Amino acid sequence: MLGVSLLFSVFVDVCLRKGIADPAGSTIERSLPTLGFSNVRDVSVGKTIRFVIDAENEKEAHEKVETICSTFLTNPVIEEAEITIENLEQAERN
Amino acid sequence: MSATVGVAVFPGTNCELDSIHAVESLGGNGKILWHSSKNLAEVDAVIIPGGFAHGDYLRPGAIARFSPLMSAISDFANNGGPVLGICNGFQVLTESGLLPGALQKNKGLKFLCKTVEVCVVTENSTLTRNAVKGAKLSLPINHFEGNFTCSNETLDTLLEQDRVVLRYCDNPNGSMNDIAGICNEARNVVGIMPHPERACDSLLGSEDGKILFDSLLGSN
Repeated sequence: MLGVSLLFSVFVDVCLRKGIADPAGSTIERSLPTLGFSNVRDVSVGKTIRFVIDAENEKEAHEKVETICSTFLTNPVIEEAEITIENLEQAERN
Repeated sequence: MSATVGVAVFPGTNCELDSIHAVESLGGNGKILWHSSKNLAEVDAVIIPGGFAHGDYLRPGAIARFSPLMSAISDFANNGGPVLGICNGFQVLTESGLLPGALQKNKGLKFLCKTVEVCVVTENSTLTRNAVKGAKLSLPINHFEGNFTCSNETLDTLLEQDRVVLRYCDNPNGSMNDIAGICNEARNVVGIMPHPERACDSLLGSEDGKILFDSLLGSN
């Protein structure tokens, strides 16, 4: 019997929690006025992680990605993640 | 009988031989523990040494904590076995939840490689039981992500329970509360950023690390 599942493209934006010092962001912010951009503030530096996941539906994909984020992709002590999921196509799996 | 100390090695660990040399110079036996092994082979204590476990990809310690060896080390620690994480080893211990908090990038974004003074804050840990509270130790640091941070509640708990083990005399990296090392509630798991294994021989400029290894080995 063929199992039908959907492919989702996942984009995880990892950033530091509010209140956690962001030395990279501060350094960039301090550098901008030397280029003439003195009107920039709240610079923060994070990372993005992209992957494709298969799941029965978007809800299940979201749940799986949240678990991946909380157990591995972020350190909840200092980081949080914003997850964006897009249904890529319907795929058939054996 | 002399103590046998297991020294964990992940791909990218680079301070295992220094750690074994320090242990053996103080009369212990050092034994390499490979990351894919689940067997601690009857060791009396474990060191997770410095380096760049799994290339520090994602975050320092984030991948190492899923290794079979770390499961065995967690069991060993939860049964009261002495565990010391040095530098990257400290990062592995926080990522694996054996110690609270996290190690952030240094304030000032500089990789720090120098000798610093740290103060022994408590004698009540597996690493400092032979040391004297208030003693100043001269130890090398060698890190980019050594800036200890945690929630205010966690910091309050660490202070209330006397779990700060070492504190910087002159904070080099922005660590909260000048913290250079902490222990768990049971006091058998200790994580520190400085490298005492590089300060166990006068040829290297300091022997101040010996008292810490003596404590770990239980040799005094």
